[in-house]
Amino acid sequence: MYELFKNLGSWLVSGEQWSGSDGIGHRLAEHLQYSLLATLVAAAIALPLGLLIGHTGRGAFVAINLASFGRALPTVGLVVLVFLASGLSMWPVYVALVALAVPAIVTNTYAGMNAVDPDVRDAARGQGMRWYQVLFQVELPLALPLIMTGLRLALIQVVATATIAAYVSFGGLGRYVFDGLAQRDLVQVLGGAVLVAVVAVVLDLALSGLQRVLFRHRPA
Amino acid sequence: MTIYTSGKGHLMIQFDAVHKRFPNGTTAVHDLSLEMPEGGVTVLVGSSGCGKTTTLRMINRMVDPTSGTIRVGGRDVLEQDAAELRRSIGYVIQQSGLFPHRTVLDNIATVPLLLGWGRRKARARAEELLETVGLTAEAGKRYPHQLSGGQQQRVGVARALAADPPVLLMDEPFGAVDPVVRTQLQDELLRLQKELSKTIVFVTHDIDEAVRLGDRIAIFRTGGHLVQCAPPAELLAHPADDFVADFLGAERSLKLLSLTALEGIPQAPAPEGGTWELVLDGARRPLHWRTEDTELPVRPLSDADSLLAALNESIASPTGLVARVDADGALTGVTSRDEIHAHAGLAHEEARAA
Repeated sequence: MYELFKNLGSWLVSGEQWSGSDGIGHRLAEHLQYSLLATLVAAAIALPLGLLIGHTGRGAFVAINLASFGRALPTVGLVVLVFLASGLSMWPVYVALVALAVPAIVTNTYAGMNAVDPDVRDAARGQGMRWYQVLFQVELPLALPLIMTGLRLALIQVVATATIAAYVSFGGLGRYVFDGLAQRDLVQVLGGAVLVAVVAVVLDLALSGLQRVLFRHRPA
Repeated sequence: MTIYTSGKGHLMIQFDAVHKRFPNGTTAVHDLSLEMPEGGVTVLVGSSGCGKTTTLRMINRMVDPTSGTIRVGGRDVLEQDAAELRRSIGYVIQQSGLFPHRTVLDNIATVPLLLGWGRRKARARAEELLETVGLTAEAGKRYPHQLSGGQQQRVGVARALAADPPVLLMDEPFGAVDPVVRTQLQDELLRLQKELSKTIVFVTHDIDEAVRLGDRIAIFRTGGHLVQCAPPAELLAHPADDFVADFLGAERSLKLLSLTALEGIPQAPAPEGGTWELVLDGARRPLHWRTEDTELPVRPLSDADSLLAALNESIASPTGLVARVDADGALTGVTSRDEIHAHAGLAHEEARAA
């Protein structure tokens, strides 16, 4: 066991492991690229949906049930399904990651909108704001902390799951996990897993820190 | 049709045969015809579910009537753009409804910004209003949750006044603050109204608040029926039916006394010698009643205080004498319990005869 961790340590810090097209630096950049793109696409779909449901109060059941649907969705199954349909491309990976991220963002956006004090919404309308002014000047800013939580959760989930890109022969930190498994190289598998976990935790901490700074004036 | 635009005594708000039935079948307002004169405070009062809030909200189209017409300044509200109409009418609600993510100053500047005044002018106006409603400039930089309930309510009033609208709608604005703060806010509103002469529609379920603030009081009964609309004195002296009489409460004769000021009620010089002595300070301000071994508090009254306050003080005073003071608090004389009683009876007779 001790040997294993020692080897893992030297694997993580060795200079050659960090450089080149199979190096950690490159794989990390790939991983982040997949994750950010998938989360952005998911946000572009999920934010308007969540805001619409929250503002109108219609279709709330969609927002609520989407969460459990998202949890039940087998990501690897989805990758395989789209892979069979589209052949070898990044499509299966992005479809699966976006499908994973959408529920968290919709649900949290809706929850944020739903938590806006009805009196505040009423006052906004009563001061003469039009529907889009109520939405963008009052509801959205008030829902923003929860919306950001949704984005953060989605991103973390996507980062943790983006290893599947390697499953269909693409890059990212999952490369180490799948290559390691194929080569029965436990140190490499573990190294990949640790890197993914570290990236997820660092992003989580950084984003929740950012949230705290941004919303420091909000009542608890 | 006469179109009223400005000038005191004109009708600012007119309800004509207004019905409101909600989709769930409840009738909130039933065949309401009511007129609210310009520059006056009309208080809508009644127990919950009587349609008073719905009536108020139909004025700025937060609710649209099922049938009938409502005119503000002579113009049918349904023919106007709802958002523009609302910007031209001040709106204050219970719990203030302030925007928690905006500073107090930005909250107050809401309507000016919606009207496109520009940030600088809107902020200058908001700063001016902070002072108008009795808040410090420092409070403007804070966020609503950092203020007390009473202060938040002041901000709510300032926000409603920001674009200087001729009409102010107030929906139980002081319902959520404690009685002491509520009295302060009522005093402030009366002071402001003296300066600004807005047409105010005020909803409350508190009859004392209604008597205190209203130039006219409209009493609603469950089911959205307007039972009586009259000035407070007339209402207290001539309740239209048992419902109104009950609503006004068992002490309605005393409430009537709260409407009459002490001004003009004769005073006599303070008695010298006797068991109780009224002790004054250097500036002739009454301090307390004193005998050889006890002191009792005195609550001096000025001409602006009500007959009700005088009656109360005459009962509490050990001599039955009420100390009367001028604006500076200096003693001008005393009035006896009998004198106050006689005038109380007289005030009541006058109100009945009116």
